[in-house]
Amino acid sequence: MTEQNIAHTGDALRVENVSKRYGAVTALTDINLRLGKGEVLGLIGDNGAGKSTLLKIICGFQPPTTGQLYLEDQPVHLKSVDHARSLGIDAVYQDLALVNQLPVYVNMFLNREKVRGPLLNSRAMRREAKARLDEMNVRIPSENALVAQLSGGQRQAIAVARSVFSNPKILLLDEPLAAMGVKEGAIILDLVRRLKEQGNVSIIIIAHNYGQVLEVCDRVNMIQGGKITLDKRSAETSAQELTEIVVAEYRKALLERQQMAG
Amino acid sequence: MSETTQSSPGVVGSPPGRDARAGGNRSPLGMLQQLARQREAAVFVIAVLTFVAFWLANSAFVSSTTLSITFNYTFPAIIIIALGEVLLLISGEIDLSVGFMVGFAPFMAYFLDAYYHVPALLAVVIGLLLGVIVGWVNGFLTVTIGVPSFITTLGTGFILWGVMLYTSHAEPVPVPANMANFGHWLGGGNKYSWLIWAVVLTLIFHTLLTRTRWGLHTVSVGGNLLGAREAGISVAKIKYGNFMLTGVLGALVGFQTMYYTATIDPNSASYTPMFNAVTAAVIGGTAMLGGSGTIMGAFFGAIVLANLSVGFAVQGVSANVIYVIDGAAILIAMVANVQLTRLRERGGR
Repeated sequence: MTEQNIAHTGDALRVENVSKRYGAVTALTDINLRLGKGEVLGLIGDNGAGKSTLLKIICGFQPPTTGQLYLEDQPVHLKSVDHARSLGIDAVYQDLALVNQLPVYVNMFLNREKVRGPLLNSRAMRREAKARLDEMNVRIPSENALVAQLSGGQRQAIAVARSVFSNPKILLLDEPLAAMGVKEGAIILDLVRRLKEQGNVSIIIIAHNYGQVLEVCDRVNMIQGGKITLDKRSAETSAQELTEIVVAEYRKALLERQQMAG
Repeated sequence: MSETTQSSPGVVGSPPGRDARAGGNRSPLGMLQQLARQREAAVFVIAVLTFVAFWLANSAFVSSTTLSITFNYTFPAIIIIALGEVLLLISGEIDLSVGFMVGFAPFMAYFLDAYYHVPALLAVVIGLLLGVIVGWVNGFLTVTIGVPSFITTLGTGFILWGVMLYTSHAEPVPVPANMANFGHWLGGGNKYSWLIWAVVLTLIFHTLLTRTRWGLHTVSVGGNLLGAREAGISVAKIKYGNFMLTGVLGALVGFQTMYYTATIDPNSASYTPMFNAVTAAVIGGTAMLGGSGTIMGAFFGAIVLANLSVGFAVQGVSANVIYVIDGAAILIAMVANVQLTRLRERGGR
């Protein structure tokens, strides 16, 4: 997706002045964020900066305390995860929401099972799961394999492939590369690239590994202390710059603490 | 570090030849079922072995009277409640109160019929509905209030027991004639009718667990609670539903016991029906911590228990000793369960 394209079609998602408080704790102070159509946005920041809170708001898991979400320029109030999903917002959580005791093809259709009358249509689910996984180049031993028998990368790939099933407009990936080796992470990055080429979905990736994020993202936003503190195109920044910002913040906090103690 | 991964398009590197047990199985539980099937086969063999052993030990075990006690009475009472407990255990809960429903439901129906002149059929239907209601209460306290089901159902069980003993003065009563009229539909009359109920319900629940969304969601809720919720599955609906199913099955067994024995006996209510059902489920491979289990395993597990219970009685072994044997059966089954799980995990890596 090029810049002109984004400008013409309007944003897939806008988050305006969103805050979130849990009792006395403020998780998000004032979030302003935009996601262009077909864009891949990297959302980075240290632990506890508010990334996951923001993700939970966008996917309808919890409402913001103040502020407004706009979906394709229309204001929306997300009532639940199901509601968000019906509007085309889907998320892949860190825990992946896969059931280890069930085979891959059942997990691919979890809560969207194909039925014939009261009974499950396993054959159709198996066929479609296999076709979709092949199409996305996700290789697993078999669509009948139990999720428990798959590697971390394979599980993540299945969770992503599943969320793409329903043709979402916006896909949120929460730390898809966490605890994953280079080779495993490559599976996911390839998957994201493929989705980007198809151009039907806008993606927000929450990540720790700046190098990998920059590789697939069009733009990165850094979230610090519940605010977006940096918004740059991937081409205009580097892993080094992003790392330095985070380290500088850490040093500053450390210094303040020492001064307070002294 | 930005130039880390320029991967080949071949991506997901998995050693070939891992899909050994893939294909062939049409059940939605797929490979899990195939693994569980080994367990079911083992329990089936134990069911046959115990039967043959008692037969060889004493031919009275296969007399028509004894066979009838084993399969037309003892076995159906265990398996029908086990059907509910299997679903509950898989979804991560347990119902300790269901054994008391066995006495509570018939007594309440009896009071409605004898003292409030409610038509007999309606009284029985209300008795069954009480099973649904108590199941709902168990679900409410467990799911909505958040008390562990082990405690919830301990409490509701005692209440059912107390109410039944208080209102009945702990005295058995005969089945009223107007109620006995349609008893042949519910396990009385034809001596095979209760067994037929057991077999038909087993097939229905097997289908429910393996081939419907309800069954898959039951496994999902027990296997990954948070994940099921994130996938949009209504955890409350599944758990409430399985409590209600278990409750109504308990009430059903209550009426079937009533028709089979032609009395309404307060002694029919105890923890024993529940313990037997849970034991059958566990012997059959149902995990106490949720996420896996099969109806067919419980079916064979219930046959094993029925064989043990009737077989030792025929041998003249005291009923008190049978508890030792039941206990040993549970322990052996659980040890085997743990070992098998370990083996599977090792095989899966």
